[in-house]
Parts: sequence; C-alpha cells; structure tokens
Amino acid sequence: MGPLLTLSNSPLWANLLTAFLIGIVFGFALEQAGFSSSRKLAGMFYGYDATVIKVFFTAAIFALVGSLIMNYFGLLDLDLVYVNEYYIGASIVGGIIMGVGFIMGGFCPGTGICAVAIGKIDALVYIFGGFVGAFLFAESYPLLAEFASSSYKGPVKINEWMGLSPGVFAFILIIAAVAMFWFAEKAEQKFPRPDITNEV
Amino acid sequence: MQKKPYMNPYLAGCLLGTALLAAMYFSGRGLGASGGIKYAVVSAVGAISPQHAENSPYYSTYFKDKESPLKNWLVFEVMGVLLGGFISGAISGRLKLKVEHSPKISSKRRLFFAFLGGVFFVYGAQLARGCTSGAALSGMAVLSTAGFVTMVAIFGSAYMFAWFFRKIWI
Repeated sequence: MGPLLTLSNSPLWANLLTAFLIGIVFGFALEQAGFSSSRKLAGMFYGYDATVIKVFFTAAIFALVGSLIMNYFGLLDLDLVYVNEYYIGASIVGGIIMGVGFIMGGFCPGTGICAVAIGKIDALVYIFGGFVGAFLFAESYPLLAEFASSSYKGPVKINEWMGLSPGVFAFILIIAAVAMFWFAEKAEQKFPRPDITNEV
Repeated sequence: MQKKPYMNPYLAGCLLGTALLAAMYFSGRGLGASGGIKYAVVSAVGAISPQHAENSPYYSTYFKDKESPLKNWLVFEVMGVLLGGFISGAISGRLKLKVEHSPKISSKRRLFFAFLGGVFFVYGAQLARGCTSGAALSGMAVLSTAGFVTMVAIFGSAYMFAWFFRKIWI
C-alpha cells in the first residue's frame, strides 16, 4: 500500500534518493518532449506548436487515472497524498503573474532547469531571474502576507466542489482533453511556422 | 552528432505522468520546480546573513528545525531534473551552449526578457504556492481546485499577454 515511504516511516535519505531518481525521469521526459526549447514552448501561445498542451494534459490525466486505479485496488491511499491548499486570490493573481513570466521568458521553472542541463544560456539567465524573483518575494512577504493567506478554502478537491465522483470528473476531463488535442492539431496546421519549428 | 527528433508528445506525456505517479506512490506528493529555487535562495540568505533570516517572518520558518533547507525533497528532485535533462540531451545530440532566440531579435534582448520572465514567474509561483509543476500539473493530478485554477490563470494570462510580446517570438 502506498505512499510507500510515508507509510513505512522511511528515513530522510530514502526519500531524498527517491526524489533524485524521480527527478531524473522528470527531467528526461521534459527534454525528450522538447521543453528545453523556449521557442517550442512559446509556440503554444502563437499556435505554431501545441506540444505543451498535449504533454501537459496527457501527463496530468495519466497520473490522475493511474492513481485512481491504484486507489481502487488498494495500492495507494489517496488520503495520504498531498492536495494543494486553495487560496483563491493568491492562486489567481500568482497564476497571472506566472503567465506574464511565461510569455516573456519562454520557460516555466521546470522547463528552464531542464534547458540549463543541455546548455541553453537563456535558460540559465532565466533561472538566475528566478532566484531574484524568489528573493524579492521573501523580502516583500511582510507586505503580501495578508493577501497571500486570505480567502483560504483548504485542500478542496474540484470534483467534490462540483458534487461529482473522482471517476466521473476524470472521464469529463479526458473528453475535454481529447477535444483540446484535436484543436491543438488543427491550430498547428492553421498557423504553421516551418521556419521556427524546423529550427527548434 | 546528428540532432534526433523529439519524442511523440503523447508518449512524452505518459513518461512525465509516470514520474508524477511515482512521486505520489512513493512519497505521497507531487513534482515541483520553483520550490527547489526557493530553498536554494532561503539557504543562501541563511548562510550570508543568519541574523536577517532569523528576524524575517518568512525565512525563519525554514530554519526552525535546525536542518538545512537544502535537505529537501524538491532540492534533490531538481538535481535529478538537471541530470535527466542532460542524459536526454546527450543521447539526442542536443547538448550545446547557446542563446536560443528568434532571428528577429538580438541575443541581448532575449536574455533581458529571459531574466525578467524568471523574476516574474518565480515571484508568482511563490504567491500561488507552486508553479506549472507543483501547482498546475501535480495539483490537477490530485484533483485539487487550486491546481485547476492556477493552470487556467497561467495559460489564460500567457494568452492575454502573448500579443504584447509577439515580437520576441514570431
């Protein structure tokens, strides 16, 4: 029964080693997907390359459905898996700021780290900017603390909020993802930029 | 070495999903990236100015148990990402030191916006308590409302601002 390391009270080093090994697969998958290229990632927002949505939703649904199946067969206790806490204002405003960062920098932190690994100097500068961003947040935290912890809703699950079972919600999400993948493929045909896609 | 094509995106998505599911199954948590950056900054501040770290309501929470903030799941995961990305780049012939940018802009301009993008993204990620990996992707996989809201906010905002920054990309 999982989560294995939580339930077996494993020592810290076992958890850190697991984190390192999982990180290797994570970084490998990001690089193989082409997420080490900012021009490929940015294609998502101009239509010429929609890899981001395909990889992102496939991964989320793979883990969601996998965890539900494992839970069903008693292999994983989902009550022991961390669910992100919901602070309405912070989630929305933080997300908007991240979107601006995405379109300026062409990376998110994970893809930026992965691009550093293959020698992208722009990614190195991006991550350096990330250090500055984290520092600025820490220093401005006293001013933001009130907003950051306002409208707290707890670790709300979206399916419970909608009154649906996890399985039904996952099914709806899969249908929505297939529709998005169809649009993504169409967009790539409609806004082709071979000059960019052949280069990245 | 000849550059190899990228993996099929749906297959790469399954591989990424496997990493995420493994994190859930072994450690009862999701993936992350901006958190690793945060812990590096927190520990640097703690090393350079322990007094400042102790007095700040933000940093002090990370030094409570006397354990180094670097002995953290996300820090080790991020080191793994570096190695995994490197291995993938090596076997696919993509290891190369370069500034990647549109031919329509100078590399200086690219680096300026890359820096600014990093500042904004990680600042926003601290506020939202996670980035595309920790909040959006991992959040969606555990059906957290925060994950879905953050995902829509990130992508919605990037589409809204895409027009203003189009000249650096297309």
